[in-house]
Amino acid sequence: MSEPQSIIIEAEKGTSLWADAWVRLKNNKLALFGLYVVSFLIVVAILTPWIAPYSYEAQNLDLGATPPSWAHWFGTDLFGRDLLTRVMYGGRISLAVGILATSVALVIGVAWGTVAGYVGGRTDAVMMRIVDALYALPFIIFIILLMVVFGKSILLLFLAIGAVEWLTMARIVRGQVLTIRNQEYVEAARSMGLSTPHILRKHVVPNSLGPIIVYATLTVPQVMLLEAFLSFLGLGIQPPMSSWGLLISYGAEVMEDTPWLLIFPGLALSITLFALNFLGDGLRDALDPKASKD
Amino acid sequence: MSILDVKNLTTRFHTRNGVVTAVDDVSFSVDKGEILGIVGESGSGKSVSCYSLLGLIPMPPGNIESGVALFEGRDLLAMSESELRAVRGDDIAMIFQDPMTSLNPFLTIGEQLIEPLIYHRGIKRAAAKARAIELMEETGIVNAQGRFNAYPHEFSGGMRQRVMIAMALINEPKLLIADEPTTALDVTIQKQILELIADLQKRRDLAVIFISHDLGVVRHLADRVVVMKEGKVVEQNVTESIFENPQDQYTQDLLDAIPSGEKVNEDLRGDEILIEVSGLTTEFLDRNTGKPFKAVDDVSFNIQHNEILGLVGESGSGKSTIGRSILQLVEPSSGSVLFRGEELLGQSAKQLKPIRRRMQMIFQDPYASLNPRMTVYDTLAEPLLYHNVATRGTIDAHVLELMDDVGLARSAVKKYPHEFSGGQRQRIAIGRAIATKPEFIVADEPVSALDVTIQKQILELIMNLVAKHNLTMLFVSHDLSVVRSLCDRVLVLQYGKIVEIGETESLWSSSKEDYTQKLMAAVHTL
Repeated sequence: MSEPQSIIIEAEKGTSLWADAWVRLKNNKLALFGLYVVSFLIVVAILTPWIAPYSYEAQNLDLGATPPSWAHWFGTDLFGRDLLTRVMYGGRISLAVGILATSVALVIGVAWGTVAGYVGGRTDAVMMRIVDALYALPFIIFIILLMVVFGKSILLLFLAIGAVEWLTMARIVRGQVLTIRNQEYVEAARSMGLSTPHILRKHVVPNSLGPIIVYATLTVPQVMLLEAFLSFLGLGIQPPMSSWGLLISYGAEVMEDTPWLLIFPGLALSITLFALNFLGDGLRDALDPKASKD
Repeated sequence: MSILDVKNLTTRFHTRNGVVTAVDDVSFSVDKGEILGIVGESGSGKSVSCYSLLGLIPMPPGNIESGVALFEGRDLLAMSESELRAVRGDDIAMIFQDPMTSLNPFLTIGEQLIEPLIYHRGIKRAAAKARAIELMEETGIVNAQGRFNAYPHEFSGGMRQRVMIAMALINEPKLLIADEPTTALDVTIQKQILELIADLQKRRDLAVIFISHDLGVVRHLADRVVVMKEGKVVEQNVTESIFENPQDQYTQDLLDAIPSGEKVNEDLRGDEILIEVSGLTTEFLDRNTGKPFKAVDDVSFNIQHNEILGLVGESGSGKSTIGRSILQLVEPSSGSVLFRGEELLGQSAKQLKPIRRRMQMIFQDPYASLNPRMTVYDTLAEPLLYHNVATRGTIDAHVLELMDDVGLARSAVKKYPHEFSGGQRQRIAIGRAIATKPEFIVADEPVSALDVTIQKQILELIMNLVAKHNLTMLFVSHDLSVVRSLCDRVLVLQYGKIVEIGETESLWSSSKEDYTQKLMAAVHTL
């Protein structure tokens, strides 16, 4: 009750939802493990050109497909290329697609859904009809159109996938915002005369973060598989470059003779998804002050 | 002869945060044809003790640690789930608080009524229907024949509660457990339902356990009363003795917390008029018909400086909408609201911003009105910083001063809302409302969601702040005794229109309006 004022204030400085969330995240072992794994994968992806043991494109047809050995930890593929190297390079593409496309979806989807849900009425109707119309558009055609107009590039691939994935995000966010908008604390904020952008930023978005984070972690694998599908159609990554999705789909074709070609890229993808899920769950709990303290 | 005899019942909940003893060594008994009132504040274990008997608590985390509950000689607590199911809804029936959520919206009332007869008793459909209609008539549902095939949404709240009672009685139970059956209802409806329960109890010689937080109601209805606090029985006795001669301090505190009816605070009214409302009309679109209906219909009144104006009416009378219309939180369709002579209607958000600082609102539900992801500090600092009342440098001092003002410990400043009790949360919400030193506050049922003893504390806090900060207040409430103890003038509202407006005491002593008198008569005072 009579704590010296300075102590309280000191503890108070910098205390925000995010700072608190970080403290809580640090206490969540599983989430922290997820964070380490994801960080490790990203670092490896960035450093790949310097640390990869072999070249991703140099073929060695004499060697052919060999199972894992000391020289080739993950074995080699049918062209004698080192699988570890290819998984590392593939990870660069897959992680970049996963992170960038999901971020694009996140930014557009959250902004769009928040505005539609909060403003409501006719604006909401128009904005959501646009989403419906885009949903109805077969996304392959949409992406092919983009490619035709802007030419093939990896960056465009990221944007194109993001531009498809934000639709669901917008719907989820809108639904969330619709209920939050009618909460009394939002009305209280309005009665204080706070501006709409301020209310959205401080009161609406932080309270819809739970589902957003969960959906974002679900979007990452979706996006990675979408990239594999597009690459398979010749719209994405071109050989000899590869991605986890492509490695898996090739691996699946030959899994009876050379199972390691499926197992290792599959493991890489699964580990990433597990880690992301742990991290996502941890983030969701960390951002909810109600989720048990300590 | 007792029909139910509970001895040494203890129920614990094993939660992540430790073991909570919800019911602690509780003993009571109910005689045939008797109404036993169980009173206590939220968390006192009054509901859990009855739910434990019927196996209705979630297990785990709940666990009945010990006790015996003899119902007609058989121990309920020793029964298997299937034996218990046979007792539940058959010999012992329950009525719940919220008639809105206890009925299946996709089945007709009739279907829900005859279901237990057909499936549990094997009665033929036609006979079951006749029986159900008879019961609907007995519970006061007009045109029972015609409404047999109606759906729940076609019934009002009071009517739904009658259906719930009919459902509870359909298998002719010997014991009826009513858990706050009238709390969600308007006072006039509440009175009718209580009369119905009392009437049915006499006619059928039922034993009734009536769980309630409302001492006025319990005094009116019960033969004997059990007072509970923190899972323990603090006192039990015949009703008369409990109220006339309470033995326990807690019972005394409960009784003291009830507004006596006398006005307790000073009349501080000034001569100037602060707010002038004229011809205010607010329309909403009716979702079912698509047509607009007038929630507030051509309402005109003034609020004087430093006045506390009470706004009373039943649910749907438009009382909350008036408060929100004045604050421009909903947009009125027509009329005028002058704040110190300045028109508020039709102003842009930008023009309103400086005025918003001077008008604030306190909400009913302290669980919903605070952003769960903001600490108390952030909640209180937000309006101060936004309106430039404080700077980053001075904000800490301001916030701590506010904490003192509303009686919260300074050390609690970095906690989140869920770490506080309901009363403390309402203090935070009040702190936020007075942060920018407003002149006018709309208090929308600020104590309705709180327990009586807390209610008393919060009302005292509001009164102190009103005097200290020269506040003018529109006090919206359905609780007439609270309004009477607090307000200088009272405005009675029905169907969006003003029934009458007058000085509080003269309204109570000599109202000419039927509706006002009906409202007052429905209040069960001690």
